Amino acid sequence: MKFAVVVFPGSNCDHDAYHAVTHVLGHDAAFVWHKETSLSGADVVILPGGFAHGDYLRTGAIARFSPIMEEVRRFAQAGGPVLGICNGFQVLLEAGLLPGAMLRNRSLQYQCEYVFLRIEQTDTPFTSACRQGQVLKIPIAHGEGNYYAEPEVVERLERNRQVVFRYTTAEGAITPEANPNGSVRHIAGLCNEARNVVGLMPHPERACELALGSADGLVVLESVVKWGRESFLGDSRTDVTRDRPQEMTPDPISVR
Amino acid sequence: MTTISDELIQQHGLTRDEYERILHMLGREPTVTELGIFSVMWSEHCSYKSSRVHLKTLPTTGRRVLQGPGENAGAVDIGDDLAAVFKIESHNHPSFIEPYQGAATGVGGIIRDIFTMGARPIALLNSLRFGPLDDPLVRRTFVGVVGGIAGYGNSIGIPTVGGEIAFDESYTGNPLVNVFCLGIAKADEIVKGVASGVGNAVYYVGAKTGRDGIHGATMASAEFDEKSAEKRPAVQVGDPFMEKLLLEACLEVMRSGVLVGIQDMGAAGLTCSTCEMGSRGGAGVTIDVSLVPQRETGMTPYEIMLSESQERMLLVVKRGGEAEVERIFEKWDLHAVRIGEVTADRRLCVKHHGEVVADVPNAALTDEAPVYRRPLAEPAYLADAQRLSLTSLGAPPPVRDVFRRILASPSVASKQWAYRQYDHMVRTNTLVIPGMGAGVVRVKGTTRALAMSVDGNGRFVYLDPFIGAQLAVAEAARNVACTGAQPIGATNCLNFGNPERPEIMWQFARTVEGMGAACRALDVPITGGNVSLYNETDGRAVLPTPVVGVVGLIEDASMVVRRAFRSDGDAIVLLGTGRDELGGSEYLKVVHGVTRGTPPALDLAREGALQRLLVRGVAAGLIRSAHDCSEGGLAVTVAECCFTTGFGASLDVPAVAASAPEFGPVATLFGESPSRAVVSVDAGRADELVRMAVAAAVPAAVIGRVSGERIRIAIDGTVAIDEPLADVEALWANAIGRWLDRPRAVA
Repeated sequence: MKFAVVVFPGSNCDHDAYHAVTHVLGHDAAFVWHKETSLSGADVVILPGGFAHGDYLRTGAIARFSPIMEEVRRFAQAGGPVLGICNGFQVLLEAGLLPGAMLRNRSLQYQCEYVFLRIEQTDTPFTSACRQGQVLKIPIAHGEGNYYAEPEVVERLERNRQVVFRYTTAEGAITPEANPNGSVRHIAGLCNEARNVVGLMPHPERACELALGSADGLVVLESVVKWGRESFLGDSRTDVTRDRPQEMTPDPISVR
Repeated sequence: MTTISDELIQQHGLTRDEYERILHMLGREPTVTELGIFSVMWSEHCSYKSSRVHLKTLPTTGRRVLQGPGENAGAVDIGDDLAAVFKIESHNHPSFIEPYQGAATGVGGIIRDIFTMGARPIALLNSLRFGPLDDPLVRRTFVGVVGGIAGYGNSIGIPTVGGEIAFDESYTGNPLVNVFCLGIAKADEIVKGVASGVGNAVYYVGAKTGRDGIHGATMASAEFDEKSAEKRPAVQVGDPFMEKLLLEACLEVMRSGVLVGIQDMGAAGLTCSTCEMGSRGGAGVTIDVSLVPQRETGMTPYEIMLSESQERMLLVVKRGGEAEVERIFEKWDLHAVRIGEVTADRRLCVKHHGEVVADVPNAALTDEAPVYRRPLAEPAYLADAQRLSLTSLGAPPPVRDVFRRILASPSVASKQWAYRQYDHMVRTNTLVIPGMGAGVVRVKGTTRALAMSVDGNGRFVYLDPFIGAQLAVAEAARNVACTGAQPIGATNCLNFGNPERPEIMWQFARTVEGMGAACRALDVPITGGNVSLYNETDGRAVLPTPVVGVVGLIEDASMVVRRAFRSDGDAIVLLGTGRDELGGSEYLKVVHGVTRGTPPALDLAREGALQRLLVRGVAAGLIRSAHDCSEGGLAVTVAECCFTTGFGASLDVPAVAASAPEFGPVATLFGESPSRAVVSVDAGRADELVRMAVAAAVPAAVIGRVSGERIRIAIDGTVAIDEPLADVEALWANAIGRWLDRPRAVA
């Protein structure tokens, strides 16, 4: 499959997403500069983490006006799978592709640490290879990940099964301590009503190799590959682990 | 034409002699702009006028050194045609005046030093010193500095992978903020800060110039007093987003092949970058400051030349490459403005709307700047401070209490409160995260990894600068070796008081001598660094604090070893020998409130042997975890090996014979003898490791096993410590947060 990794000025997890898709997952990826107006035939779009436009004003608030976002919107409306990670999730919220908003973390501090996420829904492109209730160990790295939406909106999200990831303990229990940032209903990630646009604050692309501490995030990327094969080929027996290379695969020199 | 008054000269931090020298060099009275230019270039911060004669004695070359001191950063060969480019720098003075921005712009500055060399920055470290946390003003400084480091590093997307933080009263009015950055470049594509090729265009890129930071370099060359708060306008405000754009745009320009040279406008801003680039290239630079993009109206040439506004770079571009450079910066929404050109006359010529306002030979500002061999005198405090009579301290408290108190001492306790605020995983290379000894990042595209550590114990240096500096080098290199990395290069940041005081200068000189000796013995050349003097408040100097950053290379990243124990039943082996050495220890400070005695003795040959053994033992797959012994001694080392993964340990260690017998147990458990490491090894292979150690002339003994959920340490068969792991780990983990999570006093 071909992934497009959108690069806003200030994106800084663009290379990490690219690395995970190409060198770990073994698929194609291309960077798409935010001033471009075409996704060049990508099958999947990733809005990566970082500080788009410095996150000045409000996280993601300026990025939604980048020229490429028109095309991302069109792609999403046509049913294409879109994944917003961290700042990418914030951009999706600002762009209105997902409902709700982010507040500062309850601690009022930036937090970089591993958390546990429970898979709440498996019928999205990015969780199709997961088990319902599966718990993933994945890092967060954000200052504003305290998800908030009006109570009616939250109710609607729950009713429509749009809450895809929730912060839990390692055992999958909802406890106050397991919620790192104060998000309403422990929401770590959600999807749109059509279920093809998914955003989450934790960084699955940082958890794709055991050498880095966890490979639990790989299943998120493998899911979209599985979803793609099934959608395109109607083949549900695809072995998604086929291309998984061993740990610590060297990349081409990535000095730049 | 203004006549230069004595008062004006004094305001510029120049002595009468220095001014006479300017008159002689120019053959006329300087303009006010020229006076400003001389004052910043001849400041301690830029000229190293007090330290230069000493720094020249440091070893700066070696098999792997590609670039030594004198450029924006040093570089060492790491194989695969790649270079590790790194440097450490201080931002102490600005961080005291405005903690958040001071620390943030320190991070911004060191990152620019790295990418101007053509390197992609991939890791940050920091070494911080503060007063005790029970002081609300210190807490405010601490919170601000950590926040500033986080705010800048996180936003620009470079992981902070390690560092150290220590607390002592001497830093209350003068915190130390030393930041280290490492980048990767193609070895044959290292870019330098040179201006050459007559007629080549000189470009200004990045943020606009404002009145912020004027005389920052002069500020950093003066002591603090109660008026320091008034200096706030001299601290700059950082914009990490601007720097991220600059970073990407500059790397893209370097790849385009049209660049001759590039330099960051750091301390002394446009002045320093123009004359230094000209000087290195044997050329001159002429600029017209009216072309410089300005954030404020009515700025004078003097202000423009001296501004230290952040996130600005000066580029020299090959003729014909102008359009390409402008196109790349345009892509990143940055303006590249041509402000002048390279000339042949080896002078810095500054014009304002075409009229010359300064015209100075580069050499007068750089190579011919004043150099002082300042008087040295052994400090009066030293003889008394080195005397330590243990018996006069009274009997030591029970060992169990000492253990708990040291683990909860902020200098020893977990720094997770700070590290959690740093993005330490971005770029997905981090193999060992902060707070676990040396930080380790893999080098994508190769099988290799780089380990890095910054260390320096001010107490040891205060008690004996020569030995203390050696201990700093040894500890940083040992931390790196514990991961399995071969130490290959070093950078230093020397934080001292007022060099005009002979006692301070003596500390400095002895420190540099000790550091040089240790770097030679351990084969870690110094490739660059920074000197920060005048770290004093109201006449009281900080502990003399040289911070050493050592970089090490691991051939096989998959073999990297961490400090935590890994499985029940593994044998615990102590490499090295403990002696009766409590001088300058954390024990004496925490329990008895004194900094006295002589630092532990260091045998550099034994230290080198230990480090080589660690590297070999890791490469052979024998060593499963490794952690060096430093602050808090053996007991703290073992505890830290148990923490985070939750494996307990049961040990029986040989007693150290103490001069005062009742201090035997504390000397055994909390003495800080160097050249030691605690490693774990598969029980069945412990003998193999011991044999390997003996052959390498490193004392080694199996002292226990990884087991259970308690930390149990006996001395010669008598149990001294037997504590539930979870209990003591909580003490260690929460000690710093306990101070900061209570309601914050507003200073």
